[in-house]
Amino acid sequence: MNKSIKKRKIRLTLRQKKAITGFMFILPWFTGFMVYYVRSLVLNIRFSLSKVEILQTGGYQATYTGLANYRFALLEHARFNQVLVDSLRDILIDIPFIIFFSLFMAILLNSRFKGRALVRVIFFLPILMGSGAVLRSLELATQNIIGGASAMIEELSTGTQINIGFFLDVMEELGLPTALVDYITGLVSRIFEIVRASSVQIIIFLAALQSIPNSLYECAKIEGATGYETFWKITFPMVSPLILTNVVYTIVDFFVNSEVVDLAYEVAFTNYNYGLSAAMSTISTAVICLILVIVSALITKRTFYYN
Amino acid sequence: MNIRNARVYYRKIIEKVNDVTFRSRTVNRLKSLLLGIFKFVIIVGMSYIILGPVINIVCNAFFSPSDVYNPSVFMIPLNPTLENFRRAFVRLDYWSTLGYTMIYIISLTLIQILICSMVGYGFSRFDFPFKKLLFGCVIVTIVLPAHVIMLPIYQHFRMWDVFGIIRSIRGEPINLLSQQTPMYLMTILGTGLRSGLYIYIFRQFFRGLPKEIEEAALIDGAGTWHTYFRIMLRNAMPAAISVAVFSMVWQYNDMFYARLFSIPTSKNLTFRLSTIQATIEFVDQIKDPMISQLAVYAGITLVLLPILIIYFVLQKYFVEGIERSGIVG
Repeated sequence: MNKSIKKRKIRLTLRQKKAITGFMFILPWFTGFMVYYVRSLVLNIRFSLSKVEILQTGGYQATYTGLANYRFALLEHARFNQVLVDSLRDILIDIPFIIFFSLFMAILLNSRFKGRALVRVIFFLPILMGSGAVLRSLELATQNIIGGASAMIEELSTGTQINIGFFLDVMEELGLPTALVDYITGLVSRIFEIVRASSVQIIIFLAALQSIPNSLYECAKIEGATGYETFWKITFPMVSPLILTNVVYTIVDFFVNSEVVDLAYEVAFTNYNYGLSAAMSTISTAVICLILVIVSALITKRTFYYN
Repeated sequence: MNIRNARVYYRKIIEKVNDVTFRSRTVNRLKSLLLGIFKFVIIVGMSYIILGPVINIVCNAFFSPSDVYNPSVFMIPLNPTLENFRRAFVRLDYWSTLGYTMIYIISLTLIQILICSMVGYGFSRFDFPFKKLLFGCVIVTIVLPAHVIMLPIYQHFRMWDVFGIIRSIRGEPINLLSQQTPMYLMTILGTGLRSGLYIYIFRQFFRGLPKEIEEAALIDGAGTWHTYFRIMLRNAMPAAISVAVFSMVWQYNDMFYARLFSIPTSKNLTFRLSTIQATIEFVDQIKDPMISQLAVYAGITLVLLPILIIYFVLQKYFVEGIERSGIVG
């Protein structure tokens, strides 16, 4: 009698059983998340709030110092502020351009033309060349090319009286704000990096374009819509959910390769100032998360969801 | 040819010009021609921007020292030489390093596919408490920059211990740094390089598969794990291939974790490439950076080659995989 009650207590419903099986499936990730992410985040904040001394045995001793590290990073450190602001400015300037550029290229690559397969292969090459050493030499090679180009411009300007500076002056004379002219010239001078940074975004947009049902376009054609209308009424709304994905991806990707990370690494492993490095990481991550939240809130408001 | 005939011709021409269909056809043809030229120019230009530096590197790899300081040499060397490649081969210890690297990235990729598909399956097919919150955590691991967890992880593997067991047996924790074990451990626990993204891809893919497959398997008497390994994993092949390509490429290029865990350069090709210039300057006594740079260019060509081959073989899945695996959906 007593036994049977006990047994019934242990017996689980099918739902509970399934829940347990499901949890078994995600268990490896859950353990890793707890050990490597949650624990590390907590430790990181603790490091940032204390002065960390590395012991001979390889361990460490943390003494609580309050916000001293944050204060030092923000108010006294020679480069941190500038590096952080510069990276943020670059991110904010480049994002709109990267998004428009990748959407534009995706639409181009989505149309049919000869050698499309080859062009696609070329456009996704930058993903393969993301590693530090390769990137550094690529930059060097890029400088060679840009150097060649600017040398050419100088020669041209003496020979044919074409002067880039003159055009810049004309643009300013026309009443374009200086900030806009700076923006344009900045973009042009960084075109290599921007093109290289937008390949994953192109893939994502391409996939989105191909998932638009063809019947929508046929319908628009029958109704007599022009190409312009078709783009704004069909293509753009249908890919708009992916704009958020791409913006988030761009921000994260940009930040991973930014100088802030290098600086934090340098402070930690060259100067062995763990506390300061942890404070830097925390500040920059907090700023990035804030930007992510604001940007996604802004974009989600304007996004059209098909389903 | 008399005047009357000319007048007839004239009238015919006027008729043709006034003919709406003819006019719109010509305009359309002109339009599409212009558009085609515009497209062509943009695509060729962008392709050059991407390929330019690569072509530059490959060409430079064949330069001999005399070409470097010859101002009339551009792209095509006057005295092409394989000396740079020979030097890079020796200093990279190419075959041995490549072998180790390949074993490393392929085994990691297999683990990634197994673990991430499992986790993705768990998230897509089962209901358990806090599921949404936990999946939110997966997204957080995608978005969170890795350097915020860098120091604690470094310390963790510097003195690796599980609940103090190892300390009680050996008296001191193990130092797992300067080997590849940390990366394996993190990957097995589903938090390796960009694992969050792969989990997301697999979860979206499994959500798109019909539930009837599993119901049929259940009725035929297969257990949950049996169903997963024998049926679902096979069906997830397209997603697995795209994850495999991504994982191989990114793992191959990864410098962050390689540097953090100080993985020996003899076992990681890209990491070794970053030190090749210093090695050449020191060992070969080539102090001129312009000339030692040539060997670096050759080294880059050698390092890019395997990944290019993988990419060209699998490039079809690279795009299609994303389209099908539903990052988009």
